[in-house]
Amino acid sequence: MLATLIVVFREVLEASLVVGIVMVATRGVPGRGRWILAGCAAGVLGAIVVAAFAGELASLVQGAGQELFNAGVLFAAVAMLGWHNIWMSRHGRELALDASRIGKEVLAGSRPMYALSLVCGIALLREGSEVVLFLYGIVVAGDSTLGGMVLGGALGVLAGLAVGAALYLGLLAIPMRYLFGATSILILLLAAGMASQGAAFLAAANILPSLGDSLWDTSSILAERSMAGQMLHVLAGYTARPEGIQLAFYLGTLLIIGTFMRLARAEPPADRPTRTPAVPEVR
Amino acid sequence: MNSSRVRLRVLALSSCIGLLAFSAHAADVEIPILIKDHHFVPSEVSAPAGERIKFVVKNEDSSPSEFESVDFHREKIVQPGHEITVFVGPLKAGTYEFFDDFHPDARGHLAVK
Repeated sequence: MLATLIVVFREVLEASLVVGIVMVATRGVPGRGRWILAGCAAGVLGAIVVAAFAGELASLVQGAGQELFNAGVLFAAVAMLGWHNIWMSRHGRELALDASRIGKEVLAGSRPMYALSLVCGIALLREGSEVVLFLYGIVVAGDSTLGGMVLGGALGVLAGLAVGAALYLGLLAIPMRYLFGATSILILLLAAGMASQGAAFLAAANILPSLGDSLWDTSSILAERSMAGQMLHVLAGYTARPEGIQLAFYLGTLLIIGTFMRLARAEPPADRPTRTPAVPEVR
Repeated sequence: MNSSRVRLRVLALSSCIGLLAFSAHAADVEIPILIKDHHFVPSEVSAPAGERIKFVVKNEDSSPSEFESVDFHREKIVQPGHEITVFVGPLKAGTYEFFDDFHPDARGHLAVK
């Protein structure tokens, strides 16, 4: 029961932290709940499908199917996080400056919520498929009672969700005027961490070179499997003994998304919504 | 056909062949591991420093496992009865732990010398 709890907790924690960040970043966006929920639901369905075809997936592309799939969905998430940040850089100031409620809603409505919804879906897809395979394994091996498995699994899910909720509530304490800047940084770090993980998958499949191993070793200061280490790993890509290709992808992602954010901020948006609201404002 | 385009194609093709030859040349140190009764057999393995390592992990149990290492950042699911390969390194000298993420009692070490 305890083993089930711990394994499920670890997986759920990862997904729940990602969803927590997305929820903070979309604070106050109308209809965001539906988007996030839809993403999560699609992720869970996808996880079951991926788990069911795990064997077939693994044997694709001369045995590199699993790595390519993982790297692919991670890089898709990186692209979506980057696109969201760039969009926000372009329109964020307008959102803050536009005094009219309708102007704000028009802008908020065109915000790329599908991007963050997809990120939630990918997080649940990856972690969820591992949970499904793990639980399936317990049933097959019969080394735990069904009741123990269900209880351990449920407690693991709850504990994982609780940490995600705590992160969300903690970040809500950030004053509204700093929220935009703070969430941009959180999303940027999340993207860089995912890119670094994706690079490791491609190195595992021998598609990318590792470019040096253990560039540094901070495992004695903060072990990656510790609670704090794992949280930092998910949120900011903390790696105790990184390989060169991971660092290259990490820094490259920061640089590329950061540069586009800067460019987006510099030029005035062409597609700004009309100044005169379609509906007369109530005075 | 435009001659510069032909040259470009030849260049692209030859660099592809070059890359293939390169990856074929880089001989790997192969480390076979069995997963049996939720344990690694053998659980202590070694490899020379500076060589790329190819883990070949076969799962002889009836339930899925996940071959994982935080130290050399690899994770790969091994379905029952299946065999997977994972490329690692080249690594520096030191000890690297690996484990089965689905059965945390299954642990092993890679000693790189």
